[in-house]
Amino acid sequence: MPGAIYAEGLVKTFGKVRALDGVDLDVPEGTVLGLLGPNGAGKTTAVRVLTTLLQPDRGTAVVAGVDVLKHPDEVRRSIGLSGQFAAVDEYLTGRENLTMVGRLYQMSGRAAKARATELLERFHLTDAGDRPAKTYSGGMRRRLDLAAALVVSPPVMFMDEPTTGLDPRNRQQLWEVIEELVAGGTTLLLTTQYLEEADRLAHDICVVDHGRVIARGTSDELKARTGGERVEVVVHAAEHIGTTDEVLRGFGKGASKIERHTRKITVPVSGGAKLLAEIIRELDVRGVEIDDIGLRRPTLDDVFISLTGHAAEAAEGNGEDGDGEGGAGEGGGPAAGDAPAGRRSAAGKEQTS
Amino acid sequence: MSSATDSLILARRNLIRMKRIPEVVLFGLIQPIMFVVLFTYVFGGSIQVGGSVSQQTYREFLMAGIFAQTVTFATAGAGAGIADDMHKGLVDRFRSLPMARGAVLTGRTLADLVQTALTTVVLALVALLIGWRTHTNIGSVLAGFALLLLLGYAFSWIGALIGLSVRTPEAATSGGLIWLFPLTFISNAFVDSNKLPTVFRHIAEWNPFSTTVQAARELFGNLPPGFKTPDAWPMQHPVIASVLWSALILVFFRTLAVRKYRKAAG
Repeated sequence: MPGAIYAEGLVKTFGKVRALDGVDLDVPEGTVLGLLGPNGAGKTTAVRVLTTLLQPDRGTAVVAGVDVLKHPDEVRRSIGLSGQFAAVDEYLTGRENLTMVGRLYQMSGRAAKARATELLERFHLTDAGDRPAKTYSGGMRRRLDLAAALVVSPPVMFMDEPTTGLDPRNRQQLWEVIEELVAGGTTLLLTTQYLEEADRLAHDICVVDHGRVIARGTSDELKARTGGERVEVVVHAAEHIGTTDEVLRGFGKGASKIERHTRKITVPVSGGAKLLAEIIRELDVRGVEIDDIGLRRPTLDDVFISLTGHAAEAAEGNGEDGDGEGGAGEGGGPAAGDAPAGRRSAAGKEQTS
Repeated sequence: MSSATDSLILARRNLIRMKRIPEVVLFGLIQPIMFVVLFTYVFGGSIQVGGSVSQQTYREFLMAGIFAQTVTFATAGAGAGIADDMHKGLVDRFRSLPMARGAVLTGRTLADLVQTALTTVVLALVALLIGWRTHTNIGSVLAGFALLLLLGYAFSWIGALIGLSVRTPEAATSGGLIWLFPLTFISNAFVDSNKLPTVFRHIAEWNPFSTTVQAARELFGNLPPGFKTPDAWPMQHPVIASVLWSALILVFFRTLAVRKYRKAAG
């Protein structure tokens, strides 16, 4: 049985650019799928297709049990969309924005107003509720946008880079709201270019690049695929490096790596925390004083680099906002990534060679 | 019915916006008043309409033209508003809601119609102050204004289509204005079209804009004494021609705009 969000073989081209190049997705009810990829990977295009905003050239999509291409209006009743840009009317107050959306979902005037009050409270916007949204901070606007997407408590939610451009405190707040939502049973498809975000929020992750899903699995599975865990020890005195290396190689599953200037020795292992305790005991017996010891798992950054040959933030392509306008892809548009243009194109060359 | 309700919800939204950005409404008022003053006092003495060079005759002749120009210049506003909604991602939000497809555009054009009507009332008061008079009954005068507003409403759908077709609100504003200049000047709005060079005279006589101007002039009783009505059919039957032209423009551009909206990519 297909999940709450299901897609098969989605293809969408804009001119020469294949924004989606055969994407399959399956999100079981009540879970979170993280669509992870750099700018221009096709994340936004996928969301636009699944939320009925864009017709794919090929493929099928079913959301909340309804065919997206055949019955888009029915799909729209069951979904909430919160985009990259806080899509609120800045001249309307927070309350007016939410009431308007409620009315457009065919709620009665009274019900829409009551719901607006409820949502303002839930998103800590009650005090600002009667001010025009243009006076809001970036974080407040995002919260209002998310509230607008939740007016009818849709069973399926789509969030396109919900925290892009937010400061750490606001990002943290929004994560908590999202976690609360998912705890309530909402199915969520989340796109992000922040690996940390996918790691924290998503049950399953699809890594996308150039319109294709290049890897999928849980965060742990993806990390394991990249090379699994390793133990890192920093010894207090340089003369203990030799002994420590010997001990670690005894426990490890491969060649150790020594960084003399930082007095750090690393070895790949399997066995997790239990092994760590044994290593500490053994080092203690041998009289090695340690400054730091830890079990390191690869980050999703490592995963991305090993899968694509380039770091997530340093990918080529322009901002996804160009996606819908035809001829998007390389060049033009504001570069939303952190990397300077030069590095981006360098990464692109590396990848094709 | 949901289509009408959705349109009204969005019209209300746009009216709230206008209330909160009063400078837009204000500039919309200043411009036609400026035109009235400029045309009446700068050109007024040297433009001959019908057989008369009297200032008062030209003043009365001119007003229907200024009214028509005012209602059509409002198209730029509709375009800019819709382009702005696209630009800010609001159109995406609306398109992801289970609402009537054309409601975003209908809501905007209806709100613009309200604004245009208000502008027209203020402009009429200013015109009365500087000596504009009608010479028919109140029913005819109201019918004249109804035709003008219908023309304005039809034109706002051209603005809507332009707004959906460009990438920025700035482009929608200038794109929404450029074509209005030849349209309103190659017409009978400010001069007697009988005195135009032949090619321009034919264009002016069939121009939908001229048709409504002629109809309003007739309904206001503002045709100059001794004015020779051109032989072209729309000039001979301006009221019916004006309704037909406006209806045609409305249906044609509304269809195109709604179709474009469905496919709109924000």
